[in-house]
Amino acid sequence: MKTTLNYYLQIADNALILSHRLAENTSKGPFLEEDLATTNVALDLIGLAESVLNEAAKLEGLGQTGDDLAYRREESEFMNCLLVEQPNRDFAHIVTRQFLMDTFNYHYFIALTESKDSFLSAIAFKSIKEVTYHLRRSSEWMIRLGTGTDESKHRVQLAINTLWKFTDELFEESESDKAMLANGTGVNLHNIKNQWNQKVNEILYMAHLDSPKNQFSVFGGKQGNHTEHLGHILAEMQFLPGKYPDAVW
Amino acid sequence: MKAIDNQGELWEVFIQSKPGQSFKHAGSVHGFDKDNAIENARDTYTRRNEGTGLWVVQSKEIIAVALNESDYFFEPATDKIYRHPTFYNLPEGVTHM
Repeated sequence: MKTTLNYYLQIADNALILSHRLAENTSKGPFLEEDLATTNVALDLIGLAESVLNEAAKLEGLGQTGDDLAYRREESEFMNCLLVEQPNRDFAHIVTRQFLMDTFNYHYFIALTESKDSFLSAIAFKSIKEVTYHLRRSSEWMIRLGTGTDESKHRVQLAINTLWKFTDELFEESESDKAMLANGTGVNLHNIKNQWNQKVNEILYMAHLDSPKNQFSVFGGKQGNHTEHLGHILAEMQFLPGKYPDAVW
Repeated sequence: MKAIDNQGELWEVFIQSKPGQSFKHAGSVHGFDKDNAIENARDTYTRRNEGTGLWVVQSKEIIAVALNESDYFFEPATDKIYRHPTFYNLPEGVTHM
């Protein structure tokens, strides 16, 4: 059960933390339409996180809700990968982080539809349409920035170079990943890695951008060892339930 | 002095609310190219299930009747009631007329 629970939390926490990062940008978009679009993606992701966290809480069977899991867990109990917690340094970073994660999500959720866990296959089916749109949008922005002005190209290449070291972790197999794959409920991350590489390289080629070579990789998120950024996210996200535990609205 | 607008071109948005119905003007959005424009239109105007079809067209490509031409464009139609199909009885069940 711990295996399944952690697997659910990996999916939910990736969506929850990325959604929070995008929500931080609400009202700060470069122009109105882009602001709405980014917030739309955040809403899709919070919807996904909520469904999976509610199911995880049921599975845990301790009488907790999905909200409890979101707002009352410690930093070390979050299973998200490090990529999604990286800050919104500029628009190019937001787009690049989204593109790298959308590509992963797209292939991951397609594979997850085959899961023998009926909840996971159902949530995967539901997510594919959203994720397909997210990927289309972020891919086009990569190409637009890469082939735009000297400054946009410089910034998006810088974002790729900065975020690249967090991408290997997407395919790192945690204990849950291994066990869920073995019993037919999880996704084979080796296959996803090949698909991810192909798509990312295709878009980088079209965008006239380079994929970094010989970079070191950083791991730990899936084991609860996070970068310094997650603590700050949680401090803000969990402030209200922490200060007023019984607040309702 | 004119303010510099770096939000891209202006595009007009048309939405079809059901298959088979005509597209209706919904408003306008900014976009840097046609893909960006149609996605911005989707995110601005069809987030709540408003549409099954979407068109965008660059605002500058629309040809419009100038305000000072509107008299001779439109007024001659107003006094000719025989141009209106108001003397027919519509069968029951015919909609969208």
